[in-house]
Amino acid sequence: MGRYIVKRVFLAVVTIWLVATITFFLMFMIPGGPFLAEKSPSPATLEALNRKYGLDQPVIVQYKNYMLNLLKGELGESIKQRGRTVGDIISRGFKVSARVGGISILVSVLIGVPLGCVAALNRGKWLDNLIMVVATFGIAVPSFVISTVLMLIFSIKLDLLPTYGLTSWQHYIMPVIALSFYPTAYISRLMRTSMLDVLGQDYMRTAKAKGLSQFKMLFKHALRNAILPVVTYLGPLIAYTLTGSFVVEKIFTIPGLGNEFISSITGRDYTMIMGTTIFLASLVIIMNLVVDIAYKIIDPRIKLK
Amino acid sequence: MRKRIALLVAIVMVFSLVLSACGGNAGGTKGGTLAVNVGSDPDTIDPALNSAVDGATLIIHVFEGLYTLDKNGVPVPGQAKDVQISDDGTVYTFTLRDGLKWSDGKPVTASDFVYAWNRAIDPETAADYAYMFEVIEGYEEGKLNVTAPDDKTVVVKLKNRVPYFLELTAFPAFSPVRKDIIEQHGDAWATKPETYIGNGPYKVTEWVPGSHITMTKNENYWNYKNLGMQNIKFVLMDDPGAQLNAFIKGEILFTDDIPNDEIDTWKDKPEFHLEGQLGTYYVSFNTQREYLNNPKVRQALILAVDREFIVREIGKAGQVPAGAFVPIGLSDADPSKEFRDVGGNYYDPSDYEGNLEKAKQILAEAGYPNGQGLPAFEYLYNSESEGHRLIGEALQDMWGKLGVKINLVFRNGLHS
Repeated sequence: MGRYIVKRVFLAVVTIWLVATITFFLMFMIPGGPFLAEKSPSPATLEALNRKYGLDQPVIVQYKNYMLNLLKGELGESIKQRGRTVGDIISRGFKVSARVGGISILVSVLIGVPLGCVAALNRGKWLDNLIMVVATFGIAVPSFVISTVLMLIFSIKLDLLPTYGLTSWQHYIMPVIALSFYPTAYISRLMRTSMLDVLGQDYMRTAKAKGLSQFKMLFKHALRNAILPVVTYLGPLIAYTLTGSFVVEKIFTIPGLGNEFISSITGRDYTMIMGTTIFLASLVIIMNLVVDIAYKIIDPRIKLK
Repeated sequence: MRKRIALLVAIVMVFSLVLSACGGNAGGTKGGTLAVNVGSDPDTIDPALNSAVDGATLIIHVFEGLYTLDKNGVPVPGQAKDVQISDDGTVYTFTLRDGLKWSDGKPVTASDFVYAWNRAIDPETAADYAYMFEVIEGYEEGKLNVTAPDDKTVVVKLKNRVPYFLELTAFPAFSPVRKDIIEQHGDAWATKPETYIGNGPYKVTEWVPGSHITMTKNENYWNYKNLGMQNIKFVLMDDPGAQLNAFIKGEILFTDDIPNDEIDTWKDKPEFHLEGQLGTYYVSFNTQREYLNNPKVRQALILAVDREFIVREIGKAGQVPAGAFVPIGLSDADPSKEFRDVGGNYYDPSDYEGNLEKAKQILAEAGYPNGQGLPAFEYLYNSESEGHRLIGEALQDMWGKLGVKINLVFRNGLHS
């Protein structure tokens, strides 16, 4: 296990380096630049700005400097948000996004998994059909529609919930619902399918023949096996949800990280593009590693190589 | 999102609107907190670096120039108590008020202005609005002829008579800033309440990026007793739909950006105010193309635009069809007269049919009768506002009546 983790960490570093390198060069291929505006700055100003951010150097030298700084853990200063470092912006936004995202992942799992089980156990009956109709709906309706409808009903019509910010627990309700709708639906469908698969296995019939209670059968034997696909799905889901949703954060005015991914690209904020990309890539890689280790814990038969 | 309109009046209007909301609304009792939205998270609120309208609104709450604008946009003494102007109008001698203090209690001195103005033109500062200072002697050499013979006197030597110079001194970029703080903290000084020390009516107490900026009355401000609300919370909202929802719920009492398609529903309600904003929507022609380098072709294209249609069906917010480039709202050399009343129109935007006939005729004179022989050209637009696309489509149709074909090309990253 220890060796396995060392190997995976090594591979992770290589992957992040590749992602950083590709992003770096792709980024400079986008036309435009951070200092373009309808009234372009004077040549002297432009020169000073380029010098300040090292953009006067050849791209390959910039790449070398960036990588050396990255090794030291420095992501540099944001070009657009003057006076703020990329590290600060990411950590500040991530704390907010991760809190909202973390709660919504918890909600998705706590609702999605039982719903999927219930549907599987009632296969073909009205309860199953109802759950699957709701789940299909959840997968089909995009988050901005859900957010807008929620806001219309709970804030405007019923006047129950606040429309912006994150200052009390009431503020979390709508964003969390909007963020967890799709994953809940997806998890319940995933859970239903894999549960049905497990329930049809020979060892389940054996367990039943031994006279195990339905409860024990389900929780001790079936769930453990059936949950593996959900765990696989959770890895990338956690990474993407914790880093925030551009749409939901915009609608509810949540000061999270989601917006930075988009605005850094449209603003050609090179250091922010690199910072957000590397951060997301690292998180995805870490979560995948966590998932693989979780596999091993849930199902001891799985060998990690 | 960014509204980069580099004009004083627009800023003043936004400012006065914020204030007008305190008087008329239930949530705005003196002493409490006024929640408003003037824009999303600003890129910067460094007075020298800012070039956005929302940034300027925030800055003029925290800083004050030698002069400031009153609610009618007329310059009145701010940090200066008076000014002597030389007979030829090139030397301004400002005297500061007595006992001026920064929000941290240190005295405001004449040299703070000298430092701030020279900082703004320094290429290392890289301020968008450095050129605002080019009326002052020494601009080209990088050392402004602005001096502080003593702590209370600022002497400015201009290149020539500049009738609007007092208005300039009220512009956010002309605010004084603190040399000691900036030298110690660099660009980061304008990102934290502890170091964002100003000399204006309010001071920042909290800035949660992407969420809100809260300000409270600055007890060191010379005119403290006449200030309004104890606190102002500037909610940093990006989405027009979200702003409208928060306004309907009363969570914010002012916003200036609601979805275009909501305007029709709101325009007859008492909460809705249309306010002027200086600016002219224009299309740039690429004169590197031979056919567009022909002034007659451009004239024909310009005449064939049905401005009333664009204003009525696309703009919907009370825009005025433009008959010339300079927007309505700027005074002439005689401040009691409107520049455009004196200057007049190049064409009559209300006579579309007549203009179209004339356009066809001029295009024929240019050698392209009914657009024959004129290649189809590209019209570039970006996604910053839905209106850019709609206007592009309208132009495609209008120029089509001349027989001119354009292809609409969407390209992001272009500034509007």
